[in-house]
Amino acid sequence: MMNNSNEQNVKKYKSVKTSKSVSTIISYSLLVVLSLIWLIPIIWILLHSFRAEYNGEFFVGVVVGDYFPKSLGLENYISLFKDTLFLTWFINTLFVSVFTFILSTLLTLSVAYVMSKLKFKARKTFLSIAIILGLFPGFMSMIAIYYIIKAIGLSQSLFALILVYSAGSGLGFYVAKGFFDIIPNSLMESARLDGATNSQIFGKIILPLSKPIIIYTALLSFIGPWMDFIFAKVILGEEPERYTVSVGLYNMLFGSQPDENLFTVFAAGSVIVAIPIVTLFLSMQKYYVEGVTAGAVKG
Amino acid sequence: MEIKDKLEDKKSRETSRFLSFFKKIGINIKTSFKNFVNRFKDGSIGTKLSHFFMGAGNFYHKQFIKGVIYLSIQIGFLTLLIASPKVNNTPIGFKSLVNLITLGTEEGSFELGIPTDNSMLMLLFGVIVIGLLGMFLAAYLSNIKSSYKADLDVKANKKPTTFKEDIASMLDERFHTALLTPAIIGIVTFTILPTIFMILIAFTNYDKDHQGEELISWVGFENFTNIFSGTGEIANRFLPVLIWTLIWAVFATATNYIGGILLALLINKKEVKGKKLWRTIFVLTIALPQFITLLAIRSLLRTDGPINQILMDLGLISEAIEFLGNANSPWLARGMVILINIWIGVPYTMLMTSGILMNVPTELYEAAQIDGATKRQAFFNITIPYIIFVTTPYLITSFIGNITSFNVIFLLTNGGPKVSGGWQAGETDLLVTWLYKLTIEQKDYNLGAVIAIFTFIITATATLLTYRRSKAFKEEDAFQ
Repeated sequence: MMNNSNEQNVKKYKSVKTSKSVSTIISYSLLVVLSLIWLIPIIWILLHSFRAEYNGEFFVGVVVGDYFPKSLGLENYISLFKDTLFLTWFINTLFVSVFTFILSTLLTLSVAYVMSKLKFKARKTFLSIAIILGLFPGFMSMIAIYYIIKAIGLSQSLFALILVYSAGSGLGFYVAKGFFDIIPNSLMESARLDGATNSQIFGKIILPLSKPIIIYTALLSFIGPWMDFIFAKVILGEEPERYTVSVGLYNMLFGSQPDENLFTVFAAGSVIVAIPIVTLFLSMQKYYVEGVTAGAVKG
Repeated sequence: MEIKDKLEDKKSRETSRFLSFFKKIGINIKTSFKNFVNRFKDGSIGTKLSHFFMGAGNFYHKQFIKGVIYLSIQIGFLTLLIASPKVNNTPIGFKSLVNLITLGTEEGSFELGIPTDNSMLMLLFGVIVIGLLGMFLAAYLSNIKSSYKADLDVKANKKPTTFKEDIASMLDERFHTALLTPAIIGIVTFTILPTIFMILIAFTNYDKDHQGEELISWVGFENFTNIFSGTGEIANRFLPVLIWTLIWAVFATATNYIGGILLALLINKKEVKGKKLWRTIFVLTIALPQFITLLAIRSLLRTDGPINQILMDLGLISEAIEFLGNANSPWLARGMVILINIWIGVPYTMLMTSGILMNVPTELYEAAQIDGATKRQAFFNITIPYIIFVTTPYLITSFIGNITSFNVIFLLTNGGPKVSGGWQAGETDLLVTWLYKLTIEQKDYNLGAVIAIFTFIITATATLLTYRRSKAFKEEDAFQ
């Protein structure tokens, strides 16, 4: 055994090498195929937002069988701003998301900080209640809020939507709590010895150290209203002037008066919404991964 | 015998853990009642008076601002209760408590100009007044406590705290109260109150026949028996929807979980270069709003859309397939939504698993290396078990998430293919999308509420299981 081991090793090395390169090829081809599958719908929408085809003098905006458009132009984007209320919807969404991100960030960070760093009697109880409430589906409370809106006859407004988005955000404190947990307690203790109050410690020591988590919380709550479809559809009612982009674009294709010819315009609107959101999201991907992992592991 | 004893012991421990929660509540109530009596006995005249006039004790101790605040709470609440002012023609006050029971008696008359009682508003105000009553009780107790605390301060030869000091303590020792109050107000008004209101509606006849100028009344468990045990159409529709919801949740969870882990392992292979780029391609699905991607896929799959066109050009099919709306083969649509859900969901699990892969404790590998394990053995005996172990709580949360997942079904099929006379529930409708249709489209609020409560119970059970698991998880730390 020992005598011919050298020879065997060489053989083994060669076969390992070939099997390695085979597995590399398989890995890459799998990744390419999967990426294509994942990109097909996205590229399709992007391409068709620039499609400018005419049938005689009529503009063809419907879904067609060809994956690649025959001719390109900016007609859809022009029509989006000229013929639809897209600009209003865009401003509405911006309005909602600015207020939502201010309110949610404040609520989320304060709850997270309390749960992480402040010691008081009912802390454990609060933590348990918050975790259990936080795991309940938001969809349920949305339907419940709809009942109340119906009962009061409250005018369905953007303000209601802001409140719905941000009021429950205190329950989404988990990721931020994980961040605060890492900040050493000794920092707070030494500040205490210097006579700082709890609010001063929070404002002058903790917050300046917490830039990443503030940015993460703020960006995620800012993106929320651009991503959400169903809350906006339920809360905002039927007034087109009050739509957010998601409801407006959905109603182009599947509303009470859908227009199949608006598909390419829908695509153009989607691209305009998607570009800033995707950019924001990818810029904070790192934090997002940390959040997803932490949330999953802690349950 | 011994094993049996052990099992019994374990069982009784489990029950006792559960019971101890209620015991604790019981003890709390007992001690607070005892304290209540003691405070009345031991307190100064001010404290004694506080039991009848809120803030009296604070005035006695010259804490005027606090006294005024407590007194005005009492006056305000009692005025509201007695005067029962009308909002939208519906009284809110002690009358609300009566109205909560009757839900309105005035049927109204158009000729005499008498409006119908607004039952829904009465129900809502009843719930709000009960909530206010609870808050008032809390304020009442805190008023006595605050006076008693001042008594103790005087006894200890200290000055009772001034209002300024109280405010300062909100920013220091009681900073948690200051930070938590807004969040709690938000959660109570936008989660807890609406949920209670919704639960109550399940016991009324608030449906599409009782809109506008109709009185609504309590019907007990009628809606529940109609759905769960009736012989009507809705009862017939309930079971298929429930079964499909569970099938969907199982498959959606399993495919995403396995697919996501495999994809993460593929990208994290040593020989794969450009990991960040590959990951970003898949993350695009998360970054893009679902109403865009799902509506795009829905359009791609139309009978006159590109997918059918390509399949026909390739000669794989002779005529276009109706992927999402073919009423004759509901399982095609069901299979498609599960398949498309992989596109939506796998990137989440991939991201999560990638994060976990980076955090596998290196000691485990080192130990394995010392024991002479090969890489392959280390992979199957450490990496895989570690991932599964760490992600078990995630499996349960994502199962719950899939039971209440709305977007994929609503945006892809809107519940279709349609079922004739199916109470709006199509072949791919889940409990939540059906709930949406029943309430928002059909205005059968009571039936919707029953479905909501039922879904709530399923998810709540699973949630509690998760919570207990993750707690056990923290305590046991089996992997370390």
